[in-house]
Amino acid sequence: MATQTTTTGAFWRGARDCGPFLLVAGPFGALFGVVGTEAGLNIAEVMGFSIVVIAGASQFAALSLMLDQAPTVIVLLSAIAVNLRMAMYSASLAAHLGPARLWQRALVAYMNVDQTYAVSVLEYDAKPAMTLPEKLAYFFGTCLPIVPTWCVATYVGALVGEAVPASWGLDFAVPIAFLSMVAPALRTMAHVAAAAASILLAIAFAGLPYNLGLMPAGIGAMIVGAEVERRMGHAFPPPGARP
Amino acid sequence: MTGWSGPEIWFIIVALGAATFVIRFSFLGLIGNREMPPWLLRHLRYTPVAILPALVTPAVLWPEATGGTLSAPHLLAAAMALGIGYWRKNAVLAAGAGLATFLILRAVI
Repeated sequence: MATQTTTTGAFWRGARDCGPFLLVAGPFGALFGVVGTEAGLNIAEVMGFSIVVIAGASQFAALSLMLDQAPTVIVLLSAIAVNLRMAMYSASLAAHLGPARLWQRALVAYMNVDQTYAVSVLEYDAKPAMTLPEKLAYFFGTCLPIVPTWCVATYVGALVGEAVPASWGLDFAVPIAFLSMVAPALRTMAHVAAAAASILLAIAFAGLPYNLGLMPAGIGAMIVGAEVERRMGHAFPPPGARP
Repeated sequence: MTGWSGPEIWFIIVALGAATFVIRFSFLGLIGNREMPPWLLRHLRYTPVAILPALVTPAVLWPEATGGTLSAPHLLAAAMALGIGYWRKNAVLAAGAGLATFLILRAVI
């Protein structure tokens, strides 16, 4: 059957195109497992984060604030704020997958992460002739190297974390992980301006208790990024950036 | 984990998972095909780079391990992760370089 063949082909094309991101999901999933158990979470709790939330940056954010003994509401609001960009992913996927069935869209939403979104949308834009079943199959294909890897790597990391003594000082791995995720994302002047504003505002608000300065710093930096983009145009690259 | 009971930890996991799903599902599921206004998209685009640096700044500048004073291993490891990540556009390489810098400097200093 022709349609069967093209959807199967689309699935494997998605898996292949997203394959290189194995090298991101694997190490960072493992790192979350290690620092999660080092922080005192048990294996079930660490796995709970990776399976229920599947969003690396917000998992690290929640963990880091819990270690700071921040109030629950600050932990949740900050970790949720990190994921707000996914509303943008959802809107952009809806333009392509909106007519799919409700359970299919719910499954897409659950696995709508940075890599699956980016790879899929680039393909949809490059191949406007794709049918809805092909687009769905392609998206689920992109999930294959990412979602199972994230969970398995977290589990392996958690086992390692239980064996590593706390005195290794791996708690600083969390800030390092964040900076490593942010640095490659500094693609435009607007991104650089937002990150710089974020650091300066965090220093300005550092005196506030319970990490309360995080929200105003984040919102302020978001406004700075959006304003710089509005004034300079979206694709303006920072000095020294490769095309 | 110090200061957090099992039920509290699970509450955070489930609440964060549910809220994240609602964000991911929003337009796909409930709002339909309507476009988001450009000003909102413009702000949402910057959420990770706006929030994550603010989150790490205190941990880098005033680490708990040194009682809140500036520390060379923390500062240099952070600079290394940021620099390598920006230069090579590779998060895994950046994390490896940052962690290695931190562990080596802490052993040496």
